[in-house]
Amino acid sequence: MKKFLIAAAALSVALPAGYAAAADYPDKPVSLTVAYSPGGATDFQARIVTMVAANKGLLGQPIVILNRPGAGGKVGWNHFASRASTDGYQMAAYNVPHFIAQSIKFKTKYNIDNLEPIANWGADPAVLVVNKKSKFNSVKDLAAWAKDNPGKVTVSGAGLFVGHHIAFLQIQKALGVKLRYVPHKGGAPALKSVLGGQVIAGVNNLSDSYRSRGNLKILGIADLQRDKQFLPDVPTFKEQGYAVDDSSVNFRGIMVRKGTPQAVIDKLAAIMPKMFANKRVAKQMRNGGSPIRIMDRAAVQKMWAERQKFLTGLLKGL
Amino acid sequence: MEFLDHFGAVFTWSSMLILCAGTIGGLLLGATPGLSPTMAVALLIPFTFHMDPAQGLMLLGAAYTSTVAGGAVSAILLNIPGAPANIATALDGNVMARKGAGARALQICFISSAIGGVLGILVLIFLTPVLASWALKFGPSHLFWVAILGVTIIGTLDSKSVVKGLLAGCLGLWIAMIGSDSVQGVERFIFTEELEGGVHIIAALIGLFAIPQVIEMLAGGRHDPNRSVFEVRRASVWRSAMETISKVRALIIGGVVGTVVGLIPGAGGQIAGLVAYDQSRRFSKNSAKYGTGESEGVVAAESANNAMVGPSLVPLLTLSVPGSPTAAVLLGGLLIHGIFPGPDLFQKHAAVAFSFINSMLIGQILMLVFGLAIAGLAAKVIEVKPPILAGAILVLAVFGSYSVQNSMADVAIMLVLGIGMYFLAQYGFSPAPLVLGIILGPIAEHNYVQGRIIGEAQDGIAAYFLTGWLNVLLIAFVVLSLGYSIAGEIRAKRKDRADSAGAVA
Repeated sequence: MKKFLIAAAALSVALPAGYAAAADYPDKPVSLTVAYSPGGATDFQARIVTMVAANKGLLGQPIVILNRPGAGGKVGWNHFASRASTDGYQMAAYNVPHFIAQSIKFKTKYNIDNLEPIANWGADPAVLVVNKKSKFNSVKDLAAWAKDNPGKVTVSGAGLFVGHHIAFLQIQKALGVKLRYVPHKGGAPALKSVLGGQVIAGVNNLSDSYRSRGNLKILGIADLQRDKQFLPDVPTFKEQGYAVDDSSVNFRGIMVRKGTPQAVIDKLAAIMPKMFANKRVAKQMRNGGSPIRIMDRAAVQKMWAERQKFLTGLLKGL
Repeated sequence: MEFLDHFGAVFTWSSMLILCAGTIGGLLLGATPGLSPTMAVALLIPFTFHMDPAQGLMLLGAAYTSTVAGGAVSAILLNIPGAPANIATALDGNVMARKGAGARALQICFISSAIGGVLGILVLIFLTPVLASWALKFGPSHLFWVAILGVTIIGTLDSKSVVKGLLAGCLGLWIAMIGSDSVQGVERFIFTEELEGGVHIIAALIGLFAIPQVIEMLAGGRHDPNRSVFEVRRASVWRSAMETISKVRALIIGGVVGTVVGLIPGAGGQIAGLVAYDQSRRFSKNSAKYGTGESEGVVAAESANNAMVGPSLVPLLTLSVPGSPTAAVLLGGLLIHGIFPGPDLFQKHAAVAFSFINSMLIGQILMLVFGLAIAGLAAKVIEVKPPILAGAILVLAVFGSYSVQNSMADVAIMLVLGIGMYFLAQYGFSPAPLVLGIILGPIAEHNYVQGRIIGEAQDGIAAYFLTGWLNVLLIAFVVLSLGYSIAGEIRAKRKDRADSAGAVA
């Protein structure tokens, strides 16, 4: 028995990785770990973009969503980066900048070097919002008031070291004033505190703010260009003269563990963008107010590397 | 009265079929420990992808209402609350079941659920515009005081003594601290990888309630001489209905507490049942009988946690702000069909919105019908031999805690807490105050930290937490609740002393 095991181990090492896997991959359902709870924005979008996976011409096998929430995503991603199989049958959804910022700030088992991006499906920029009844009508108004009342401006957002927090840090720097960040347990409660008047302003997702636009004023988008689909009238920070780029945009996509055979990665990287572009997927995403941004593997690799560099600088000494 | 015009859409063959499926499925899912209403709704959303919006939402509405009630089944029969909302139901309901009155307990539970549920949905239909802006007024300081109000009932909840109740509550507060804290992300008490995500409330709930029972059953063996065998009595639906309706006070307290707690975003329905149970006991003539199989306790708890369902959707439907985890999941279900909740929901998508609300109203009735139908049969669970029942409960406990987050870590946490609870129970400690500590700890802490940041930016922390009529009102409730507990304790001490003096003389 022992001999057999040694032989088997030797054989599996000797065979080039992915030799058997790539040809008929996938021949069984593939799982996708979502590091957030069911019903959250990431889970909700992951379920939509994977619903046509079993179609002919795409994966040909269904994708099963596995939720492994906790500690702002750390639990799920730690588990994935240390325990997931590297045969392409276990994938995970990523959220940038969350997981990169966490890997810089905390002792995590994941970082951009032990994960392989496949493709990006969505991008949700952060926006600065105030209550409809607020006296502020532009970023300039808020900046002027904040200058006269240092430390009095409270800004809600979803937790620390997530897109909202990164956007907050950038906005604070660009405005050159001291603001107070009030972390919440997720985007919905953070938005609620703006609607309820508990805080003066809030950083939130474009998609959620768009839905509540009847009770909010959206002052600026933290992205490089305006959002033509949902909010064509809201200017970017850049347009208003503040140096805030797209570093806080919440990108969502699919990744696998490093060590997955190159042939499998290539196959997935070819199929996934096609799956995200499916007509039914696009329609459901639009219905849900979730902005789509499809990026191929090479583009995501570039984006990851840029964020890693930017966030390391931003979070230094924080 | 516009909702009446839309009842037609509910009474079609296909809609009724969906409603029945949603109700039966919801009851089964709800009765499975670990499958909370939030999870049940989340699991059903993909099924609505292929339905038309109105029918998809009917399925979700019916499932939501019936899972909340379904959670009471395992609470009563097995003493495992299906969700935190059902903890208070277990306190008296399970004692009733053990005495052979399980069928009556279930019938009373479903009838009071339906009464509370219908009340809550009527509030949703008629008072939504008025209450929506009121619900948003609750900020960190108010939620902090709501949590403290909950803490004040810990001591008197299902314990041999106030001190033991408070000790168990403190233990719960400590357990709640494990993991990364939700505001600053600081990691606390994480010694192993398993504790990284903290202790999930459902895993704790299952462990603390189910495991001590399993150990006791197995320790008792096949022929436990101490096991009292009660005959499972049949119960007449009519008499149960009359009994429920006669508990007017408990129904009113349950309905009001459930509605108010349901409206407050962030407090969650988790504590509605417990607060209603506690208040009902304080105002009851039979307060001494609570905890010994008093049906009034079941009525208060179940009417409260179903009354919460309707109002918990008020902030969601009018302002697109989900007030509870389940509402957040339902938001996803609405969005997927291109329906954006908001002030104009009832104008733009009146047909869909009202079908959804009507389906929850009809869902309550269907839940009552199906619930009463299974009550007699389900109560026979108590006749199952202890070793077999223990095995079944253990399987459910492992399955339930695993399924919450697909994690074996939760199973380990469940078992460790359960075994610890077995020993604590030997010394007169009870799991209910411990669980309440786990639920309230994060709410109090989280809102205190947020309030501190906001207070510092305004007129100071003290001013932020202590001024404003809503703060003062809540503080008054806290003081009243504390005063009542202290007075009760003193009265009990005096009576004890008088009794022992009398015995000596």
